[in-house]
Amino acid sequence: MSSRYNNRIARPRSVLHIRGVPIVSVMLGSMIPAVIPMIAQQPLLPPFGLLILIAWRQLRPEIWQLWIGLPLGLFDDLMSGQPIGSSMFIWTVLLLVLDFESQRQFWRDYWHGWIIAGLAITFALVGGWLAVHLSGGGGAVVQILPQIAYSIGLFPLIVRTCAALDRWRLP
Amino acid sequence: MAPPSNRRPGYNRKAQYGLFASYVVAMVGAIIALLLLIISISDPTGFAALRSGAAEVIRPISSSMRALVVGVGNVDEAVSAYISAGSQNTALRRQVEANRTRLIEADAIKQENIRLRRLLRLAEADTGVVAAGHLISSTTSSTARMALLDIGTRDGVMPGMPVRAAEGLVGRILRAGPNSSDVLLLIDEGNVVPVRRTSDNIPGISSGRGDGTLQIRALNTERNPFKPGDIVTTSGIGGVYRANIPVAIVARLEGDRAVAIPLANPSRVELVVVQTQFRPAEAARANAPPGSEAANSAAP
Repeated sequence: MSSRYNNRIARPRSVLHIRGVPIVSVMLGSMIPAVIPMIAQQPLLPPFGLLILIAWRQLRPEIWQLWIGLPLGLFDDLMSGQPIGSSMFIWTVLLLVLDFESQRQFWRDYWHGWIIAGLAITFALVGGWLAVHLSGGGGAVVQILPQIAYSIGLFPLIVRTCAALDRWRLP
Repeated sequence: MAPPSNRRPGYNRKAQYGLFASYVVAMVGAIIALLLLIISISDPTGFAALRSGAAEVIRPISSSMRALVVGVGNVDEAVSAYISAGSQNTALRRQVEANRTRLIEADAIKQENIRLRRLLRLAEADTGVVAAGHLISSTTSSTARMALLDIGTRDGVMPGMPVRAAEGLVGRILRAGPNSSDVLLLIDEGNVVPVRRTSDNIPGISSGRGDGTLQIRALNTERNPFKPGDIVTTSGIGGVYRANIPVAIVARLEGDRAVAIPLANPSRVELVVVQTQFRPAEAARANAPPGSEAANSAAP
């Protein structure tokens, strides 16, 4: 009976493990769309790095400093093929806005979190499209609407995954 | 649920300063990121070293995953081929017989062509092939349509070189790293290719629409001369692409432009070939396509 519980409390965890899991998970999320051996004809996969970043931000607002969007965004730009600086800028602005929002809206629930995440995803994807559009590519904005829709739909699953990672991460 | 109040440092001076500093760093960082973004928007080929460093990381992972997926990716095709096997068989047999006569005719024309070319002393045997490689991955979450090619400067690939497959044009090299390079696909809005209609040489300009199709505009006529079923190939104007590389087939018309489907589907092509620029000096001079910086830097 006790074997079910004894390895879930006060497990040995290094600082690297505790601090590193969220960062590595966002970086892996940024890498997924880049390494999948598929030549897409239009934006096909949701931006996993961004989804995981927002999920961690909502689960554990205290684990990161506000500037974490800069290094993680740079990595995402390098992987995703967006113009360098676009995710850096969008993610940092997003984290600042989410910070102000969490100061204004103190109480929150499931739907609140999902709506805020949906707005954040929409903002980031439209911003990413605008960055590509200004550099002379991208096509019509209509084609990112499905991507926005299933990114928002996928978000609760990503939050669940991050919550499972969080249980594994902490002692 | 109330969030943890880490952003309320209370009377702790050190925590107050730390919080203030994190806001300052984030805002200054956002401004720096915006400047970086402006630089990379104005020069899409910039930060090539950074990007190709990342591509070197992506390359081994996706090329080893590729072998796995190529097999799985064609399952739907195999299944649908089984379902319509009978009727397809008769139709194909009829087609083969029709094609046989055409092949014989084409052979005769080819012989005649060679004879005439020799007569005119026109010899363009040079195909300019630099290297052959595979497209291994692409920007699947971004609206930029780029693919990663598993060969780079070590194989002689330079930015601005055209990339083609047996079926037709695929795109051109945007950035080249030592072992991998970024291909700006034909279907990207920023990729402008001078084309001509095969039947009567009407010149046009093709550019991507970002959703897997192309739009083709006629250069010098007021009315739209294209009709569905027309095949366009590269015209050799501009000096980047060799003439007569198949580009697309027109699917429908939209006002003064035609919407066309590329003949080389980048998600289907097996092997692609990188060619040298057709006429580098001309490509360097041409300033019409927006991506001509890449062409300039590649001119030897």
